Amino acid sequence: MELSNDLLFDMYWTMLLARRTDERAWVLHRQGKIAFHISGIGQEAAQVGAAFALQRGEDWVSPYYRDLALMLALGLTPLEFMLSVMGKKGEPSSGARQMPSHWGLRRANVLSHSAPVATQSLHASGVGLAIKLRGDKKVVLTTIGEGSTSQGEWYEAVNWAAIHKLPVIFMVENNSYAISVPQDKQMAVPSSADKACGLGLPGISVDGTDIVAVYEAMHTAVTRARSGEGATVIEARAYRLTPHSSDDDDRAYRTREEVESHKKNDPILLTRQMLLNKKIATQKKLDELEARAQVEIEQAVADATAAPYPAPEEALHPVYAEEVARA
Amino acid sequence: MPEMTLIDAIRQGMDEELARDPNVFILGEDVGVRGGVFRATMGLFAKYGPERVMDSPLAEASIIGVGIGAAMYGFRPICEIQFADFIHPAFNQIINEAAKMCYRSNGDWTVPMVIRAPYGGGIGGGLYHSQSLEAFFTHTPGLKVVVPSNPRDARGLIKSAVRDPNPVLFFEPKKGYRLIKGEVPEGEYLVPIGQAAVSRPGTDVSVFAYGMMHYYTLQAAEKLSAEGISVEVVDLRTLYPVDRESILASVRKTGKALVVYEDNLTGGYGAEIAALIGELAFTDLDAPVRRLAGPDVPAVPFSHPLQDWFMLNPEKIASAIRDLSKY
Repeated sequence: MELSNDLLFDMYWTMLLARRTDERAWVLHRQGKIAFHISGIGQEAAQVGAAFALQRGEDWVSPYYRDLALMLALGLTPLEFMLSVMGKKGEPSSGARQMPSHWGLRRANVLSHSAPVATQSLHASGVGLAIKLRGDKKVVLTTIGEGSTSQGEWYEAVNWAAIHKLPVIFMVENNSYAISVPQDKQMAVPSSADKACGLGLPGISVDGTDIVAVYEAMHTAVTRARSGEGATVIEARAYRLTPHSSDDDDRAYRTREEVESHKKNDPILLTRQMLLNKKIATQKKLDELEARAQVEIEQAVADATAAPYPAPEEALHPVYAEEVARA
Repeated sequence: MPEMTLIDAIRQGMDEELARDPNVFILGEDVGVRGGVFRATMGLFAKYGPERVMDSPLAEASIIGVGIGAAMYGFRPICEIQFADFIHPAFNQIINEAAKMCYRSNGDWTVPMVIRAPYGGGIGGGLYHSQSLEAFFTHTPGLKVVVPSNPRDARGLIKSAVRDPNPVLFFEPKKGYRLIKGEVPEGEYLVPIGQAAVSRPGTDVSVFAYGMMHYYTLQAAEKLSAEGISVEVVDLRTLYPVDRESILASVRKTGKALVVYEDNLTGGYGAEIAALIGELAFTDLDAPVRRLAGPDVPAVPFSHPLQDWFMLNPEKIASAIRDLSKY
């Protein structure tokens, strides 16, 4: 499969915007300006490659908390993200009720998710079932970390999708750690994709730092799902380059040498080098992208900082659907 | 008006909703060709087919989680949990997902879904086919909790539950499935969620009950009328949100309140009714609010003498009313 230069360039821009937005959130946290951040640094190729293989705005997505790059690819703006980390009014996933990075974006068919892991997988199978019952030609992407594939609800969701050949793609973003616990304490198989064979559907493992590999694997799975042939498990192998969250200290469970060694495979660097090698972009163009990202993000930070907090009484609604008009 | 059993009335209500709205479908264990282990869906598979009366894998979290996903796509699933005792694997999906979806998404996503669950003891079901679990769910804003006690209400309430835009827990007193018979109007009607009913007017003591205990309380009240004690029986019907005005109106009339529930005494649903009366009708009372409930042992034991010791019955209820009336 030959990906167009425009597609590769757009995917790189989305990855870069996600990386710089994510880094800015870390700085805001260390400055004491936000209370919490949970990062997707190192997983941008997996997320952007997956998103771009969808019909964005038509297909459905049931994400998990590291998916900043995925969400930007689906149309979330840096300003909306900054409103979320600051808990400001107008934050689109929850009206600032949820902690940051608990996504949801109705306008982009992105379901709301919670913090207990793997609950979102079952919702994806439910949407997949609904798509099949309606006879629609849409697919659902649901993402999860490799540690969360230990949950029963993940197996139940994949089992449902396999039994009924539902149009669901279960993408496991294997970033090597579940907070402090490495993969070999989560599973006895070398890849979370190996779990698929016991449930009766294809499972493939790809290099999650290689955006072309991720896009191609997703494209195959999406085509399969859309044509009624059923679900696929895709593992995208990556490495979590940051601590679990702003409250974590990863020095307790991994060496600095290990983290440094993975920085060679930083997907931003790899994708940038590919653009240069293929002459899709010049260094000057790449520098312009950096400047553009910085301007956009600083504007988002300024606008979010100036934005008001929700009024306390907004916390009263909407508990029930009948109150939605009031909220 | 034709007379029918409680379970026939529930089935008729579901049948009518399946016929009325193509978005309604039933999901659960053995609900299809078998018609459910209690036969609540008997005949519906033949009438509506496997896509609208769908057998699920034996995994309760998946019944609810898949239902949530389908509901967010626009369907109105009726999820059956075979026995309320088996609802615990789905607790996370009900409490953390279905109940919180509207609030956490600021109204962007809602979950119109019914969760039917046969509950209660006295059928030789032992610890795991006898439980009364309403108190877990009446503690959860975002849910509605309904317990019918007679066929007329059951048909009207299940139809209201299906049409409700929120997740509704519908607990069915399984001992009464074929024991409780009554007249059911012909033609279309709904019983609104959120309204209690005075099922027997009286002047000396108010008794608040629901489900099977309401059935027994009516028998106790009849027995006591021969002794010259006038009992007002209030069928709560909807436990959450509770009909405060009907409860307070009855207490203001009689000045004495007994709450009867089959669940364990401590922290059971009746504690909330007792607190409500104590807070809002204290000056109308001429006796302490009393609770009559199951003992604080983990669940209903199997052997008949042990089960009979656990279970309330019309005699125990009559004794408690008689005692309170003398205060």
